[in-house]
Amino acid sequence: MNHDFSKLPEIIDRYPRSPESLLGILQDIQKEYNYLPCEALKKTAAALDIPLSKVFQISTFYNAFSLNPKGKKVIRICVGTACHIRGSKLIQDQIESQLGIKAGETTEDMEYSIEVVACVGACAMAPVVAVNDKYYGSVKVTNVKKILRSK
Amino acid sequence: MHVKNTTQLKQAQKKIVAEQKKFPKKVIVCCGTGCLANGAAKIVDAFKKVLDERKIKDFAVEALCETGCHGFCEQGPLVVIEPRGTFYTKVKPKDVQQIIERSIENDETIEKLLYTDPQNGEKIERYNDVSFFSHQRRIALRNLGKIAAHDINDYIAVDGYQALAKVLKKMTPDEVIESVTKSGLRGRGGGGFSAGRKWRTCRDVESDTHYILCNGDEGDPGAFMDRSIMEGDPHAVLEGMAIGAYAVGASEGFIYVREEYPLAVVNIQKAIESAVEIGLLGDNILGTDFSFNIKISRGAGAFVCGESSALMRSVGGEIGEPRAKYIRSVVKGLHDKPSVLNNVETFVNIPIIINKGADWFAAIGTPKSTGTKAFSLVGKVRNTGLIEVPMGITLREIIYDIGGGIIDNRPFKAVQTGGPSGGCIPESMLDLPVDFDSLTEVGSMMGSGGMIVMDDRTCMVDLARYFLAFLVDESCGKCVPCREGLYQLHAIVSRICDGKGVEEDIEKMEKLSEMVVLGSLCGLGISGPNPLMSTLKYFRNEYEAHIRDKRCPAGVCRELITYEINDKCTGCMACIAVCATNAITGKKKEVHVINQEQCTKCGACYAVCMHDAIEVF
Ligand SMILES: Cc1cc2nc3c(=O)[nH]c(=O)nc-3n(C[C@H](O)[C@H](O)[C@H](O)COP(=O)(O)O)c2cc1C
Ligand code: SF4
Ligand code: FES
Repeated sequence: MNHDFSKLPEIIDRYPRSPESLLGILQDIQKEYNYLPCEALKKTAAALDIPLSKVFQISTFYNAFSLNPKGKKVIRICVGTACHIRGSKLIQDQIESQLGIKAGETTEDMEYSIEVVACVGACAMAPVVAVNDKYYGSVKVTNVKKILRSK
Repeated sequence: MHVKNTTQLKQAQKKIVAEQKKFPKKVIVCCGTGCLANGAAKIVDAFKKVLDERKIKDFAVEALCETGCHGFCEQGPLVVIEPRGTFYTKVKPKDVQQIIERSIENDETIEKLLYTDPQNGEKIERYNDVSFFSHQRRIALRNLGKIAAHDINDYIAVDGYQALAKVLKKMTPDEVIESVTKSGLRGRGGGGFSAGRKWRTCRDVESDTHYILCNGDEGDPGAFMDRSIMEGDPHAVLEGMAIGAYAVGASEGFIYVREEYPLAVVNIQKAIESAVEIGLLGDNILGTDFSFNIKISRGAGAFVCGESSALMRSVGGEIGEPRAKYIRSVVKGLHDKPSVLNNVETFVNIPIIINKGADWFAAIGTPKSTGTKAFSLVGKVRNTGLIEVPMGITLREIIYDIGGGIIDNRPFKAVQTGGPSGGCIPESMLDLPVDFDSLTEVGSMMGSGGMIVMDDRTCMVDLARYFLAFLVDESCGKCVPCREGLYQLHAIVSRICDGKGVEEDIEKMEKLSEMVVLGSLCGLGISGPNPLMSTLKYFRNEYEAHIRDKRCPAGVCRELITYEINDKCTGCMACIAVCATNAITGKKKEVHVINQEQCTKCGACYAVCMHDAIEVF
């Protein structure tokens, strides 16, 4: 994938040049590109003067990071305890079958990605599905289609 | 505004209160995550629009208050009209015009928006009369749903930062620690360690730097107390931390916030900025030589980072792997300096202990577990939401009086507390008092406060599998017993769920669990087998049904169940539309049939059938 990396120096400059800044920088890169492009990781390693292996160690330890590009709409299905008990598996099945991909995958047209998360903190409204920043509570099989289509 | 000393803070408070009194009525719109998901933002916009259009005497947009979570998420979006306390539920934007005309311009109530008591069908007008609220005692959640999270003035108006002023002016750090110790406050993040004693140990370590950290990682899936506090009352967290910092001699603090909580990050950041601007954080607070700054550290989605040593490494930009316990983090924590880590709820209790006194706090709850505890009451209970109760209250009171019982009046099966480190408590123990020690005694634990209620349609074997899968994912992998042991336990439980379990499996799991407990380094591994062990202890018959009879009594485990359509089917075709594998055939108005070969047992048909025509066997 080709990216415009012109924003990268600015992201790195938000933090002091020390190894401690790594986590914050990676979070900002993830936010900007929706994943961690390899090129960006290399540049970060160079800027902080740390080995690339260290950058990968952090990138792969934390769930917040992805090394693969994400679709325009990231569907996050909560599979936390409250949602599990109230049938999140069924909702996950429906979403997966309607989009034709499994959790952790992205559609070929780069429109949708599905992720599962353990609790988004809206447990009283279980089961919960989030589409990018918008939360949907008390999701039912019958409104999955509408949620997927929503802007 | 900049307050330079305690007198100026008092004056500021008076001024703000006088300003607020200008409006005889106030409209409170809950903007907690639950209500926002239900469309609360649209309600706020509608109020603003109508208020802008109509000029109402003694009422302006300023009298509109966007608060954090009230807790009664099930009924959202919620609107409260103060001072009467009129409580409107499930409000829609189109209701706003009417609320303004009838409840603000006049003193009428709108029947149809009132909460209906499910027990007797009566409409209840006032907030405090709703049983969900009337059985609670709110201390940590005192300001939630009452003040605007975005506005430091609102916090100052309700005695905010007065406790900080009091300790800076009138108390020595030792006196603060003594007071916190005497209050009996135990950490609310899970372990229940005395907060005062932790502070004492940290203060006594000689060092040029001490740190204070707040654990807002809230990794326990199914819990959202800390989230609601951080979003709805961020200043109380900051004030509690500042008092802690003064007590242990820290000048720098960190709040570690979970990555899934973006709104909490925004609100805390804003709170820090306004506190610094007014002079309640930063250098020489209130004209004393106490200086304190707080930074936010965002988590990156790893449960193990809630563990103290892992959290401190993560704040330092490293991967969050716990370290051996013989070095304690109160002695050598962040950057190897003495550090205090407390949970969000622990910190918000501090200002009120200082203001009202240790004895006041110690008198609430039980002698060994003082004060109150916030819980997220979720699962198959009718009134889901955020609650706070005095320690020592029974589970029955929580689930039936506050929670209103089980959805659809189904039989209660168990309640899970303590998250992935806790256990399931069966019906026979519903009269158990909720406090740190009683819960631990029965094989569960207090944890951070998730309380998940389960009915007869929750399979306990599947639940054990769920928690083990979570822990296998989240184990950092440093120690073999945790990494491999939990993995094998999960494999065995999965096999049982799939109907391939054998008689010896139960004993094997018990032995392996013991090893995991003995050989793991951190709490994740040590308490990891708890959900499994407690279900084995109280629900062994379910395991046996899976193993011996190849049957899932709750109708959950897919390999062991079949869905069938009975003659109540009206031929409405609703199930056909949702079946992903086209396993259901049938014409309109004729009884449908499920082709068992094609059926994946996902249960979609069961979920949509309105006629009880689908049965699980
Ligand atoms: C695996 C693991 C996860 C934890 N997660 C949290 C958490 O999310 N929030 C929390 O406050 N404490 C958590 N704890 C407990 C903390 O290690 C620590 O005891 C607590 O934050 C101390 O604060 P307290 O004394 O105020 O409870 C966790 C512990 C372990 C072992
Ligand atoms: S017990 Fe598990 S999570 Fe804890 S340090 Fe060991 S491997 Fe990591
Ligand atoms: S368990 Fe799904 S939001 Fe908490």
